[in-house]
Amino acid sequence: MKADHCKADPRGVLTGTHFIDGDHACCEGALAAGARFAAGYPITPSTEVVERFASRVPTVGGTFIQMEDELAASITLQGAVWGGAKAFTVTSGPGFSLMMEHIGYAAMTETPCVFVDVQRGGPSTGLPTLPAQADMMQARWGSHGDYEIIALCPNSPQECFDLTIKAFNFAEEFRVPVMFMMDEVVGHMTEKVVIPPADQIEVFPRKHTHKSVEDYLPYGTNGGQVPEMAHAGEGYNFHVTGLTHDERGYPNMTPPVQDKLVRRLQNKIRAAADRISLFEEEQLEGADVVVVSYGITSRVAQRAIEAARKSGLRVGKLRLITAWPFPEKKIRELAAKVKSFVVPELNLGQMVREVERAAAGKARTFAVSHAGGGVHRPEDILKVIVEASRCQTA
Amino acid sequence: MAEGRVSIVVEHCKACGFCVEFCPTHVLELSSAFNSKGYHPPHAVHPERCSGCDLCGMYCPDFAIYATKVAPGKERDK
Amino acid sequence: MSDSLITDIVNAGVNPVDQILRTDRMPHIWCPGCCIGTTVNSFARALIDSKIDLGSLALVSGIGCTGRVAGYVKLDSFHTTHGRAIPFATGLKLANPKLNVVVYSGDGDLSAIGGNHLIHAARRNIDLKVICVNNLIYAMTGGQTAPTTPGHSITSTNPYGTFEPSFNLPHLVEAAGAVYVARWTTFHVRQLARSISEAFQKKGFSFIEVISPCPTLYQRRNKLGDGLDTMKYYKEKSKVRHGAPTGEVGLTMTGEIIVGKFVDRDRPDYQTMMRSQYCESLGEKFVEQEEMVCS
Ligand SMILES: Cc1ncc(C[n+]2csc(CCOP(=O)(O)OP(=O)(O)O)c2C)c(N)n1
Ligand code: SF4
Ligand code: SF4
Ligand code: SF4
Ligand SMILES: [Mg+2]
Repeated sequence: MKADHCKADPRGVLTGTHFIDGDHACCEGALAAGARFAAGYPITPSTEVVERFASRVPTVGGTFIQMEDELAASITLQGAVWGGAKAFTVTSGPGFSLMMEHIGYAAMTETPCVFVDVQRGGPSTGLPTLPAQADMMQARWGSHGDYEIIALCPNSPQECFDLTIKAFNFAEEFRVPVMFMMDEVVGHMTEKVVIPPADQIEVFPRKHTHKSVEDYLPYGTNGGQVPEMAHAGEGYNFHVTGLTHDERGYPNMTPPVQDKLVRRLQNKIRAAADRISLFEEEQLEGADVVVVSYGITSRVAQRAIEAARKSGLRVGKLRLITAWPFPEKKIRELAAKVKSFVVPELNLGQMVREVERAAAGKARTFAVSHAGGGVHRPEDILKVIVEASRCQTA
Repeated sequence: MAEGRVSIVVEHCKACGFCVEFCPTHVLELSSAFNSKGYHPPHAVHPERCSGCDLCGMYCPDFAIYATKVAPGKERDK
Repeated sequence: MSDSLITDIVNAGVNPVDQILRTDRMPHIWCPGCCIGTTVNSFARALIDSKIDLGSLALVSGIGCTGRVAGYVKLDSFHTTHGRAIPFATGLKLANPKLNVVVYSGDGDLSAIGGNHLIHAARRNIDLKVICVNNLIYAMTGGQTAPTTPGHSITSTNPYGTFEPSFNLPHLVEAAGAVYVARWTTFHVRQLARSISEAFQKKGFSFIEVISPCPTLYQRRNKLGDGLDTMKYYKEKSKVRHGAPTGEVGLTMTGEIIVGKFVDRDRPDYQTMMRSQYCESLGEKFVEQEEMVCS
């Protein structure tokens, strides 16, 4: 255990074995992580998360507010963070689109917070009740300008609980907005979820400054990458702006200050990418083909992988738990050893581009696209695995 | 005998003229001299009339003028 | 004095406004004759007079010339996104109810892009003090039509004159539920300070509109003179009518400006209502929100 971790507040932890869906598990993860504030606007298939929060939080000590739209929800939660809370919002595609400006604001002002996106089919209103994984690039690039975020992809209700805690911990450690990229199936799938006792849950506390009012520089990093925070009402009289700012937090719209700030916002995540990049791997050693998947698709792909192995193919599995920062080092290393990658996802080709980019021609990359609305048929993935195993390495 | 004393931060003045116009006792006038930005800041032409009401200070959009009350008797000592 | 350059004279005491200014950021960016700074003077006097603990005061702005106020005050201050000062302030206030939260922003920011948040915060009666500097225009972006621009005004996006009806903001926020509504012009510096002080005594959504010139864009395009001419117009054409029905206080380009305190009423604020609802429904199970010490 790292010294800067502490244990969860038991009041938010519903220790026990539960039979709940991913949306409810996500809410319990947030409460266990210490979230005491949520702002939301109803949208299928995500609403159950805040519905549960609305019912639970007055018994834990905190606030839920249903805002007038997602523009409001996504900034109200940031006000709460600067007031001292751990806070999040929950949405799906159309609402996620409305939140983009405030993801940029959180990145720029280094406001630690979590955005949960239970993905459904798009574009536009698309498929309100049916799954997709087509917001993956939006999560990374949806707001304007250069910035870096973290995105996690659970594939079960248990992970909706576990990784929501991780999402809050990353948000606090790096002072960054974390995207929690669920999908409709994972959100609505009911399974066993084990919630451990509070003293077995590690929680990353706010990086609150210990400096005196005189010594405190709101965006000074003391040679590190992540500044310390203060909250409103503590006497620091700090300024927060979405304008390009110096270490005092004052607007300073000059190329050198922009360069320093934006590069730091990027580097604080990139430099720690190895630690943030979580994945699950299986039989990568000696594999000819590696199936790269995430979220619900990883569970469908498992069937195809097992079928392929039965027929004698050497197939490895790499499940992305962290989608962003993309684990390019891992892909690069694998690309030097394997023939090809197969990337099934519920979109017409998003993360597959990253795989292809990281593989840099060392191994071939095959997409198994799906426009959303359901999951892949394992045989469709199997077909591509077979094809990929026969290909000649570039 | 002045009850107030008006102070001017000449470098911040943008010569809007509010202080001159709204001073109830017409203490101020814009001077013909320039500050370094090329504006004509006010100066007190009738300092003895200043009541220290600080209305000029409340009007000044550039925080360039303000007034303080002078304790009775103080001014004469100077 | 001669046509010489003066750079300094000896000054006595300190400017009261300096107590709340980030003096290291002066001079500010506002144009000559722009009265946003004048409103800050009234705000500063109100804080001093009502002895508000500056440490417990947070100020939230949106984007615009007025939005820059957040960057100039020596308070915990947030320059947020365009239109979203009110929802940001809502989160701040709900997370830490002990804070006094002021929203300081422009007419376009609060009533156009942020219009939905304005009416809903008033409806919920969130305990916020909103100071709206209404210069009848989108100034920061170059003088485009705002929802507040009076009919027939020339703007950069209505070069032949505006023809959309405009919002009467006091009427709008009263209808939405604000507990305190006042309007002054930047000529009324002392009355404005008093209104701000009064708003601090209220619990709930307070809205103070300050009619203010934008000499660079609105006044100039409409041949209404400079800042001083506009202040003289305010002095001449303003009528104090406390308690005036807000439906009758709409603005025109050169007509009378009704000012005063229009609404002062009591209604439980959001957090009071939330708490009593939870107490009633949950009884023993209700857990009071503690100070949000993050762990
Ligand atoms: C989302 C978004 N849209 C547009 C803008 C551009 N913009 C900046 S300020 C502004 C208008 C501000 O008008 P107002 O609130 O009346 O403030 P003023 O400048 O008049 O004080 C606009 C449209 C922006 N910053 N963000
Ligand atoms: S009010 Fe201020 S800016 Fe205007 S003329 Fe007087 S000192 Fe100068
Ligand atoms: S303090 Fe009052 S009397 Fe003195 S110069 Fe200012 S406005 Fe005039
Ligand atoms: S553009 Fe208008 S509102 Fe903006 S600072 Fe200049 S005068 Fe003031
Ligand atoms: Mg305006």
